Amino acid sequence: MMNYFKMAYRNLGRHRRRSILSGLALALGTTLLMFIAAFFTGEMRSSMETTLRLNTGHIQVQNADYDPDKLSVAWEYLIENPDQTAAQIGSLDPVHVATPRLAASGIVSVRDESAGAQIMGIVPESEANDPYRDGIVSGEFLAADDREGILIGLPLADSLNLKAGDSINLLINTSDGDVDEQQFTIRGIFTTGTSAWDKGIVFLPLAKAQTFARAENHASMIFVLLKDREQADEVAAAIQGEGIKVKTWTEMNELLVMVEDFSNAYLAVINLIVLGVTATVIVNTLLMSVFERTREIGVLSAIGMKGRQVIALFLAEAFLLAVSGVGAGSLAGWALSAYFAKVGVYFGDLGIGAEMLLEDRIYTYLTLDSAITLIVTAFLITILASLYPARMASRMEPVEALRGAQ
Amino acid sequence: MEVAKLTDVTRVYRIGEVQTRALNGVSLTIGNGEFTSLVGPSGSGKTTLLQLIGCLDRPSSGSVVINGQETTNLNRNQRADLRKGTIGFVFQFFALIPTLTAYENVEMPLLLNGRTPAQRKQRAMELLEAVDLKDRAHHRPDQLSGGQQQRVAVARALSTNPTMILADEPTANLDTSNGEQVMEIMKKLNKETGVTFVFATHDPRVIKYASRVVTLRDGVIEKDEIK
Repeated sequence: MMNYFKMAYRNLGRHRRRSILSGLALALGTTLLMFIAAFFTGEMRSSMETTLRLNTGHIQVQNADYDPDKLSVAWEYLIENPDQTAAQIGSLDPVHVATPRLAASGIVSVRDESAGAQIMGIVPESEANDPYRDGIVSGEFLAADDREGILIGLPLADSLNLKAGDSINLLINTSDGDVDEQQFTIRGIFTTGTSAWDKGIVFLPLAKAQTFARAENHASMIFVLLKDREQADEVAAAIQGEGIKVKTWTEMNELLVMVEDFSNAYLAVINLIVLGVTATVIVNTLLMSVFERTREIGVLSAIGMKGRQVIALFLAEAFLLAVSGVGAGSLAGWALSAYFAKVGVYFGDLGIGAEMLLEDRIYTYLTLDSAITLIVTAFLITILASLYPARMASRMEPVEALRGAQ
Repeated sequence: MEVAKLTDVTRVYRIGEVQTRALNGVSLTIGNGEFTSLVGPSGSGKTTLLQLIGCLDRPSSGSVVINGQETTNLNRNQRADLRKGTIGFVFQFFALIPTLTAYENVEMPLLLNGRTPAQRKQRAMELLEAVDLKDRAHHRPDQLSGGQQQRVAVARALSTNPTMILADEPTANLDTSNGEQVMEIMKKLNKETGVTFVFATHDPRVIKYASRVVTLRDGVIEKDEIK
């Protein structure tokens, strides 16, 4: 066995530049694929986390007739006594936090400029609002008893040229179908790093939002975060009740789950294309090697080397190329993924809607699973690709191999 | 005792529409311990005959028996098995494996025969000494002269104690003194070990060492003389 590897190693050394280039092609392919896998995983993970954290939560309890797309605050679509319901849900063991929220549609206007926005009434002290509290870039977060303060996102502030302390007018569609208008003072400006979300939402304390929308003691939803999101079905089953519907994160994010499946399939196709190309390079290298060494194969065969031993000799060469190429590529891919997992890749606002929120910066995330799958696949494809030239060499008739070379 | 017996052997090559009859009904018996030359002009069929005796090729018709074993219907691997134990080759070009040292080249047939490392080392060094190249054991072929390379090839051919060594134009690429040196070594080994040598050649320097000269012309044996 060692002798095959010794010969294979020396044979690769005969055309050092060609061997290095082949190994490099394999390494580059592996690096690229590992980085792409880490990027996709990072993107999907971040998108799922961001969407759950900001938009849907792990569970939402809504009025049975509530339609999240309409943002209607008519009483028949809302939950009554939301504080009480939230407290009950919050007392369940797997629940991290449960908080009522009132969502209404409105328009922010200042001077002669205006922009549509979702007006969200929140319980300021709830931990569910940490992404906004932690994301304050100027001014301060809301207080529960604030009756004039509003919190707006950084992209909206930038587009309307607003800063903390400025006044804005807010128009709201009320529960009885009217429109009301009131002036608010910007208490703070926040960013969650997700422009698509931040530019379209403003926050008021729940009590103020209820009064403003004429929806006292009502809320659009109980927004629930769990300690472990995998327990969503279990918790949802425990809080079923009359006149309400309980939606889990998988139900609310069907599109995202579909995109994740699609991106996995897409990744598999990219893998096959790139590895197919690198396999072609390996086949080419070994084929050239077979043609150049026709005489040698004839001599080895004449002195008694059997077909399968000739195959073993070429497979040993492919094995060494695979070990060095895939090995170096994996290291580089891991290093690249680790680097971009720290600094992220800046994309800005990709303009994707709230169904699939993406942070402006995507952080790569390499899973052990995807790394191992890639390494094993790249390795197997290289070895399989080398079977063709190896078999070709093994089938040469010694007399023809010897004659061919003379 | 005969090491090779060919009966009414023909070998026809087809290249496109053209058929070439390289051997045409040749019958030949090689006895144990012979030092035989196959001679004749280019295209007379001597290399083809040597390849058939060496089981590198199969006849189009007729029978080839090596050490009592009919070889005509053996497949590629069975022929490889037969070769590695009984037949050694020395080629016209210096057919050493360029990535292996002289020692490793001689060791290769022993490796293919499944000998232990100790047996391989002892046999390879013994043979390199016999061809007077012990001090060059760890040189690669490109560090050896043509004559030295051909002597390594002779040592390699002998390594598995074959009953017969087949040499195709072994001196064709060597100058006079190197050619003579190689032939002297082969003659000496023939005498000492009794191994049978068959050469295809048209070099008079080789023919003069032969104890039997078989002359071929146009694929048939024209003359068979024992000297």
